[in-house]
Parts: sequence; C-alpha cells; structure tokens
Amino acid sequence: MLKILKYSFYDLMRSRWSYVYFLFYLILGFVLLFLNNDVNKAVITLMNIIIVLTPLIGTIFGVMYYYNSREFTELLLAQPINRKKIFMGQYIGISISLTLSLVLGLGIPFVLYGLFKSAAIFNFGLLLVVGSFLNFIFVALSYNIALSTENKIKGFGFAILMWLFLAVIYDGAFLISLVMFDEYPLDKFSLIATMFNPIDLSRILILLKLDISALLGYTGAVFRKFFGTNLGMVLSMSILVLWVLIPVIRINLKLRKKDF
Amino acid sequence: MRNYLFLFSLFCITILQAKQIEVCKSCSISTIKKAVEIAEDGDEIFIKKGIYKENDIEINKSLIIFGEEGTILDGTNKGSVLHISVDNFVIRSLKIINVVVSYTKDYAAIKVVRSNNFTIENIVLDEVFFGVLIEKSHNGKVLNNKISSTSKDEANSGNGIHIWHSSNMEVSGNEVYGMRDGVYFEFVTDSKIHNNLSHNNIRYGLHFMFSNNDTYFNNEFVNNGAGVAVMFSKFISMYQNKFTHNWGSASYGLLLKEIYDTQIYNNIFEENTIGIKGEGCTRINYKNNTFIRNGWAIKIAGACYGNIFEQNDFMHNSLDLAYNTQVNDNRFESNYWSEYTGYDLDKNGIGDIPYRPVKLFSYIVNQTPEALVLLRSLFVDIINFSEKVSPVFTPDDLMDKKPIMKRIND
Repeated sequence: MLKILKYSFYDLMRSRWSYVYFLFYLILGFVLLFLNNDVNKAVITLMNIIIVLTPLIGTIFGVMYYYNSREFTELLLAQPINRKKIFMGQYIGISISLTLSLVLGLGIPFVLYGLFKSAAIFNFGLLLVVGSFLNFIFVALSYNIALSTENKIKGFGFAILMWLFLAVIYDGAFLISLVMFDEYPLDKFSLIATMFNPIDLSRILILLKLDISALLGYTGAVFRKFFGTNLGMVLSMSILVLWVLIPVIRINLKLRKKDF
Repeated sequence: MRNYLFLFSLFCITILQAKQIEVCKSCSISTIKKAVEIAEDGDEIFIKKGIYKENDIEINKSLIIFGEEGTILDGTNKGSVLHISVDNFVIRSLKIINVVVSYTKDYAAIKVVRSNNFTIENIVLDEVFFGVLIEKSHNGKVLNNKISSTSKDEANSGNGIHIWHSSNMEVSGNEVYGMRDGVYFEFVTDSKIHNNLSHNNIRYGLHFMFSNNDTYFNNEFVNNGAGVAVMFSKFISMYQNKFTHNWGSASYGLLLKEIYDTQIYNNIFEENTIGIKGEGCTRINYKNNTFIRNGWAIKIAGACYGNIFEQNDFMHNSLDLAYNTQVNDNRFESNYWSEYTGYDLDKNGIGDIPYRPVKLFSYIVNQTPEALVLLRSLFVDIINFSEKVSPVFTPDDLMDKKPIMKRIND
C-alpha cells in the first residue's frame, strides 16, 4: 500500500495541478494579509473560502484522478496486489497531496506575517485542521461516486451535484425547514442537522471559535454548550472522522464486488 | 475692657478657624464616631493610617474628612459605613471595605441623603454592597474613586455609584468593576458623567433611567454583562465614549429604550453582540460613530421614528443593521459601510449606487433566530445577493443613498 501511496503522491506532486492549487493558496494568503494586515480578520475571510473551495477542489481532484489513472489502475489490478491496498494507496495519496498544498500554501504567508506572535494561531490551526478534514472527506466521497459510475461525464456530474448539494442546497433546505417549523423548539434539530453535513459542521466549529457564538442567543447557548466544551470539540471532531471513515468503508465494500 | 476685647477676638478666631481633629489608634480620639461627635461645622477630621472597625457612622455636621495611605474603614460586614445627611462636606482619600450584602436594606460604603454641595474623592471601596449611594441631593461631585467588589449574581449585589432623585451631579474619573451596575442614575437631571471606566460588572456598565438633560462623555464601558442601558430619558448627549466587548447572548453596547431628542456622536462600539439596540427611540442623531466587528451594529426594534444616522463608520460587523418593521422613518445618509460593493466613477468619494444595510438574512434571523446557525454559509450569501438586486422582504426605502467610499472617522 505504501508503495502505491508513494507513487500516487509523487505522481500528483509532479503534476501541474498541485502546483496551481498550492500557488493559489499561497497568493491568496499573501493577498489577504497584505490587504488587511490583521491575521484575525484574514482568518474569517479565509474561512469563507476554505469552506466552499476545499470541498470543491477535493471533489474534482478525486473524480479526475480516478478516471485519469483508470488504465494504470487496471494494470495494477492485474498484478498480485490486494485491491484494497491499491485504492487506499491512491486515496490517501491524493488526500495528502491536497492537504499539503493547503497547509503549506496558507501556512507560509501566515507564518511570514507573524502568526506565531498573534492570538489567532489556534483559530488558524483549527481552520487548517478542518480544511484537511474536508479534503479527506470529499476525496473519499468523490471516489465513491467515481467507483459507482462507469461513465466519466456522469461521474463528474454526480460529484459536482454532491458538492452543490452539501455546500448550497442543504443549507437552503435547512433554512426553509427552520422558517417553516418556527413554532417548534428547533435547537436540537439544528444541532443534529449540522452533523449531517460536513461543510456545515466545519463552518459552525470555526464560527464558534471566532466568537460569533454570542450572536446565537438561546440557540447559541445550546450550541456553545455542545461545541464550546472539550467534549463537544472531541465529539464534533470524531463526527468529522466518521465522515471520513464511512465513505472509505463504502469504497472497500464496493471494491469487493466490483468487476473491472 | 481691653482684656475683654482681646478675649472676645480670640474667641472669634477659634470659632472661625476650623480646627483639625486627628484620629489614630493611639490618640486620645481613637474612633471616628468620637471625632464626629466632638467636631463642629467646618472642622477637619484627619484619620491616620490604621484599620478602623466601625460602621453606621452618622455624619450630620459639615466636615472635611480625609485619611492617608493605609487608612482603612472596615465595615466588618455589619450595615453601612458612612451615613451622611448634611450639606457642604468633603470626604477624601479613604479606603472602605466590607459592607454586608442585604436583601432588605441598601447598605452602602458611603450613603448620602438630602445633601447639597459635597465632594467625594479619591476613595477606594472594596468588597462593598453598594459603593456610593446618593439620594435626593444636589451639586455633588464624585471624583476619582475606585469601586470594586466580587459580585456573583444580580440578586445579591449592589451598584457602584447609585444616584437617585438628584441634580447637578458630576461623576468623573471613577473606576468601577465587579458590581451589579457600574453607575446607576434614576431621576437625575443636569448631570455629567465623564472619564469613567466601568468594566466587568454583572449587569450594566451604566444604567440610566428617567434622567433628563444629562451628558456623558469620554467614558469607557468594557466587558459588562449587558453593556450600557439608557432608558426613558430625554435630551441626553453621549459622545466620545467607548463601548467595548460587551459580549453575550443578551448583551448590548448601548441599549436605548424610550429615548427622545438625543445626540450620540464620536463614540466607538467595538466587538459588542449588538452595538446599539433601539426601542422606541425618537429624534436621535447618530453622527461620526464607529462600529467595528459587532455582531449587529444596530438593531432597531419597533417605534423608532425620525432617527438620523450620518457619517458613521460600519466596519466588519457580522450584520450591519437589523430591522423588524417594514415601515421606515429613519434616515441613513453618508455613512461608510465596509460591505459596500458599489463603485464611484466620478471620483467624488460618494458611491454611485445606494447601499442597502438590511440584508435578507438579517430579516430572516429576526423572524427565526435559529437561522443564525447558517451565518456565512454560501447559500446565505446567494440569497443576500439576490435580495440586494431586487428587494422583496426588506424595506425598499431603507438605504444609504450616498455611501462614502472611505473611512470617515479614522
């Protein structure tokens, strides 16, 4: 597995797209800090971008890599190697290379602008952790889609649709249900509803650390009680881990039966 | 005859020349009560350093009472400490500690009732129930005091400087923390509150009721449980104050309730849950204020008419304005909005398209507070954008027609 991981990783590292992605974050970080010079504020702006963009890039990269390396994968499958190892190696390879682009791309400008002296270091750290999680989650989800659909175009379509659903449509439905069921106590509902969407979960996790919690009034109290404590933090992190694990397990189940 | 005259003049001089009574542990007069007892109007009482365990000291003579460093009056948790009911007195440089908490009586370190022309200055109060409590008094000065306590909840704590039914008061240079309300005014007119620092109080940094024609300026209100509340008052000016970090689910920088004809200018509101919340406010001018990183910069509930917001800076607030009515009788003009995305083609410093400070999302949050969970979600950005393009839900005449392109009050 390690060999395949290494291969996938180096393959991606050599590819243009990783560099483009890395440079994008690098430039973004520098521009943000150059424009407002306040690490704290930059973290908020960055959150908006990471929450939307990391899942999108993760999804597209995942699908793209699967379809592009399909022939090579088939070649590998002909060798006496465990299927699971081949695909897990590829999956982890992509995820790590994307995460590396994110962490280095944003980390370098922030460190240069004196992140270590600023109080924002924890928020920034959380942002990177959440961004990495989103990478792992969405690459896994897109791999699932790619494995399930032979047709390239269809696969791409589904993957983009999944991203659109989790990033936009889900929130819309959530908002509508909140407005519709206004008369009912909604705090537990909204707490649970955020759990079912990794993007929402990451957003809330960061927002609460950025002290927007107080705006939430009563709901805020429920949320802060849940996320603000160490237990809540551990729990929501473990839910993010679940969000990684469940798609990965499904990949493995799918692999067992799949006829290449 | 000449002798008599001499004796008489001597007598006059001793009467006119106030004498100074010294109180110390080893003096012939070792308690303050004793000193007050033998003193006459106009005398000075100098309390030398040491701890005096006395309470309920009645002062009914016009005295100047002062101490030195290390003079401590210990109320020993039994009732008030100084109880003053006389005109023309001065209290200076004392430290008073340990005033008992009571649920039936307003025990205070310094209690002033029906007094004119007095000064209370450089007093340090610690572990007190009420700090300085003034009732039905006029022309008083409360200067440069430091008042603190370690209150836990609203029910069993008192106010730092509590003034009731008085006029022409000056409250200046005080630092108040750990009390229920830092400064509390009720039925106080023609007074000034300035250069005070009120922080970490359980309820309000400043609480202001039924008090007309008052001015407060250069004060700083930091980290109070519910910020500053100004209610049921007219003709007030507030300027150059700082309202910072009043953060919590029921917290305001400044809460205005039933306020008329008031000027609010050059204030800074930074990191409050709600910068200004207005309910029933009429004819208020907000000018040159700065709102930085608040949850809501301004939240307007019902019945606010004829308010004018101009030349204010709205910077990086989560929501600039919340408005729960469709009717708008307030004017927003020439403010700087950091969220403004318009352009200025003729380069006159004024944006060419109007800015709408009420977003659809803030309208929804008003209806369904839980929806705030979706703050900064991509979906919310999208609906905000579509509402901005063609307003349906938000009052369509509520806009800043001349948004300024650059910060005004830098």
